[in-house]
Amino acid sequence: MIGLVSLVVFLPAAGALALAFVPRRAEGVQRWGALGAALLAFVASLALWFGFDGATADYQFEEIVGWMPTFGISYHVGVDGISILLVLLTTFLSPIALGSAWRAIEERTKEFVIAMLVLETGMLGVFVSLDLFLFFVFWEAMLVPMYFIIGVWGGAQRIYAAIKFVLYTMVGSALMLVAILALYYQHGASTGTFTFDVPTIARWVMPPGTAQMLMFLAFALAFAIKVPLFPFHTWLPDAHVEAPTAGSVILAGVLLKMGTYGFLRFCLPLFPDASVSAAGLVFALAIVGIVYGAWVSTVQPDLKKLVAYSSVSHLGFVMLGLFTFTPQGLAGGVIQMINHGLSTGALFLMVGMIYERRHTRLIDDFGGLWQVIPAFSALFLIVSLSSLGLPGLNGFVGEFLILVGAFQVSGWLAAIATTGIIFAAVYLLWMYQRVVFGEVRHEANRGLVDLTPREWAVLVPVLVFIVWIGVYPTTFTGKTQASIDALIAQVQSKASVALAR
Amino acid sequence: MSTSVWLIPAFPLAGALLNMVFGRFTGHRAHWIAVPAVGASFVTACTVFARVARGETFTGPLFSWIVAGDFEAPATVHVDALSAVMLLAVTGVGFLIHLYSAGYMHGDPGFARYFAYLNLFLFSMTMLVLAGNFLVLYVFWEAVGLCSYLLIGFWYTRKSASDAGKKAFIVNRVGDFGFGLGVMWLWTALGTLEYREVFASVGNLAPPTATAIALLLFMGACGKSAQLPLHTWLPDAMEGPTPVSALIHAATMVTAGVYMVARSHALFERSGTALEVVAWVGVATAVFAATVGLIQPDIKRVLAYSTVSQLGYMFAAVGLGAYAAGIFHLVTHAFFKALLFLGAGSVIHGMQGEQDLRKMGGLAPRMMTTTITMTIGGIGLAGVPWITAGFFSKEEILSAALGGRRYVILALLLLGAALTTFYTFRLLFLAFFTDPRMSREVARHVHESPAVMTVPLVALAVLTLVTGWVVGIPSDKGTTVFARFLAPVFPVHEGHHGGALLLVLSFLVVGIGIAAAVSLYKLGPVRADAVSQPRTPLHALLLNAWYFDKLYDRVIVRPLYALSVFSAQAIDLGVIDGIVNGLGRAVVAWAGAFRHLQTGYIVNYALTMLAGAVVIVGFLLAR
Repeated sequence: MIGLVSLVVFLPAAGALALAFVPRRAEGVQRWGALGAALLAFVASLALWFGFDGATADYQFEEIVGWMPTFGISYHVGVDGISILLVLLTTFLSPIALGSAWRAIEERTKEFVIAMLVLETGMLGVFVSLDLFLFFVFWEAMLVPMYFIIGVWGGAQRIYAAIKFVLYTMVGSALMLVAILALYYQHGASTGTFTFDVPTIARWVMPPGTAQMLMFLAFALAFAIKVPLFPFHTWLPDAHVEAPTAGSVILAGVLLKMGTYGFLRFCLPLFPDASVSAAGLVFALAIVGIVYGAWVSTVQPDLKKLVAYSSVSHLGFVMLGLFTFTPQGLAGGVIQMINHGLSTGALFLMVGMIYERRHTRLIDDFGGLWQVIPAFSALFLIVSLSSLGLPGLNGFVGEFLILVGAFQVSGWLAAIATTGIIFAAVYLLWMYQRVVFGEVRHEANRGLVDLTPREWAVLVPVLVFIVWIGVYPTTFTGKTQASIDALIAQVQSKASVALAR
Repeated sequence: MSTSVWLIPAFPLAGALLNMVFGRFTGHRAHWIAVPAVGASFVTACTVFARVARGETFTGPLFSWIVAGDFEAPATVHVDALSAVMLLAVTGVGFLIHLYSAGYMHGDPGFARYFAYLNLFLFSMTMLVLAGNFLVLYVFWEAVGLCSYLLIGFWYTRKSASDAGKKAFIVNRVGDFGFGLGVMWLWTALGTLEYREVFASVGNLAPPTATAIALLLFMGACGKSAQLPLHTWLPDAMEGPTPVSALIHAATMVTAGVYMVARSHALFERSGTALEVVAWVGVATAVFAATVGLIQPDIKRVLAYSTVSQLGYMFAAVGLGAYAAGIFHLVTHAFFKALLFLGAGSVIHGMQGEQDLRKMGGLAPRMMTTTITMTIGGIGLAGVPWITAGFFSKEEILSAALGGRRYVILALLLLGAALTTFYTFRLLFLAFFTDPRMSREVARHVHESPAVMTVPLVALAVLTLVTGWVVGIPSDKGTTVFARFLAPVFPVHEGHHGGALLLVLSFLVVGIGIAAAVSLYKLGPVRADAVSQPRTPLHALLLNAWYFDKLYDRVIVRPLYALSVFSAQAIDLGVIDGIVNGLGRAVVAWAGAFRHLQTGYIVNYALTMLAGAVVIVGFLLAR
């Protein structure tokens, strides 16, 4: 009997496999079939959510099947309070991304929906893997469909962007693979058990020192590129600008979270001493990212680039929160991962919607949209406000907790990071003003059609959660709290044990 | 009590949601939802007020909002005498302004949107006042800012309007930067954000910490209440519809800073320095803004600077520890300033949108109700002895300065009062009593506003006239009914009331102000170009509001913009991407070279492992 976690992970891939046998002419079947598979995965993940016990930090719905026992490799999956949120985020955003591509993708529909479904399985696999080898397989596997999504269905510079995306990521994962192998041998040599099993390795207290630091750095580089942490971010604007809307939504909504998730799942518990000693460096890069990302965002003429750079700023907040090692900072960081997925995902969806109508993303080509498409403009405002952290909407909860966490480390740290929320208001409101307010300046904009029922269907679910998390975040933080507390305790006790030696 | 308390914000919230979602259907009938919603809210506030007057208070958490580790912020409401007074003022003035808006905004294509925003504001403002902890306060502190942003930019096709809205939001964010840090610090230091627990344990704060926290919170107040140096957004906020200026940018939202400082007085008192700063910022703003108001040609801008100045008086009061006096002035100001703005709106309405005092004059016979009510409002603003509430509340502030032997502050506040009297009467003369200066075409159409607009004017005029006599007369012990009502929140200081000396001084400054205004504007005809001409550098300085906007543009906005462009182009595209592309080309070349040697399908893994191994070995060798 297949476990619930595996069911969620492989439902999209099974859908992709089934669609492979459907003739490519039957585009309707392809689209609906893909949406159906993604929705099924979402429903299955809801069963995970409701069956998940937030009171314990243990892995739940665990499945362990021997895979290559000689090397200590097993198919080990499961969720805890951190990954469950990301699994839900993935299964939630995937059908929305497919829905957004309904009209936008007209060529090679079959390949597109298959790529999207395979991508979903890859991402889910990353979040549920509790075996380093398995994790790495999913981590790399996910690159392939993303590469095609950008490279085939992307814009004019898609090849450059796709290669840049892959190369950047490969540089990081290469070092990570070396570190995984080093960790495997070190752990084996020290305990006599050669295994890639994450919980097993996490129970072992690694001696502090250069080896730990090097392994930490190798993992950290791979994750930092994914996050992306300044200065490893320049693949992101290109990838976003060139990717089709659905690709951007998934890229911003889920893929970036793999970086921050990696820090949480691997760097902090496996290399606690190195994490603690590298905190200063991470803080520096994070707050530079927050401020610098906001500045660069301000002057972008292209809507997608603006949103892409805003991600650098927002993810800087997440990184800041994670490395405070405080309950507030971590809870804020985790909830901010979800928030960013929703807010930035929705921003990309909406930019995609006007792009489909006007085939331009330049801010200067718009203006006065409220007069023509008021419903779009009103929702765009809510999404922008959510992104700039207006209290009552989701972004505020995450940012505030992160800043409370940062404040306990240092008031100055929190102060510099807080300037980021001023700049966020600057770049988002200025953008919004130029796109939506004013008179209609281009004739082409006069004939724009307001949101269609399909677009409403794509946006409303996201908006529901934007408000929900803003007003009642406990629904979500309640599931994570125990895991976060356990993680902090783990980091602290291991770091202190190591120091005591 | 708990149910009725929740109804106060619930009515306008429901109204806002209805007009937002069904705006297409409610359309020009939107006021039939919005006005009764606020009316119901006002009636509920009255019942709550009555119960508070009997000595009840109420604190209750609604639900657990944010929990993370030991950080816990429930959504708490708190009702005591202070919140009851604020609620009454907010919903009462709010109701009158909603009513007035039904006439003023009649026929606007965004009618439903307007009322949705206005209801949303009332919801947020009542919640701000009801908040029982600093985090809920912060939430609605920003929410009222959002409504302000939306309503300033209501006529969004005008660039000046959307600019002004954006400016208001961003300047307020600068203030909230401090406010947010203050809240974080407060929690870090005390482990709670609940008002009652915080104020009970401020003694545990070291005075320097208390000073820092209080000043950070006050930074937020400077933004919200337009005090130096964050005042620059408020005059621009006049781009919004005039009833919005009356409600949000005069009577209620901008007073939130005063309310916050008064509410947190225990914290501010823990740090004497912070109170001192509050007082001086208030005094400086009071005088500064009054000087700017002397010469403005735009009727709404005069009133805007006047609001900045009067808010300065309120801060001076709370900074001097005269909290009840500050709140009293807040309330009377809400009446007479709302009246003045609505009156100005009536004038603008009657003159087809004209706001320029240079093109007005002689409106009195054509707009009797507006003229009389606005004159009452002006008398209130000028604080002419005895007639209106404005006198009594200003007197309380001056008497606090006198009683505390703060003579410099007293002198400056008296100077400000003289300036206030001058610009108030200048405004009244130029609009209503001097010879008409408008074009014949406009003159023919000047008309009084409909009843839906004049009734609120009359109501506010009555409030301006009677409030002082009812609750503002000091007793033998120098306390007013108003102050005794607030006694559960602010301890009553007995004994020092200004008395005869202060009365003489008040007569003097008002007399000087009126005399100056009469000599300049009432005697003889006024030439339009003489009203606000930058004849000397001093005129230019005042007309440009001491060049604050120019300064900020040069020192902050432009350098930051240049820095952003530099970051985007030189650093991001130049340096970082330059390195990346260089590396990328090198890798491609390298991989290409290897491809000749290897044709296997695990090239990727082999290559990447090799690369990694090389780096690791390199590290180890280099050590």
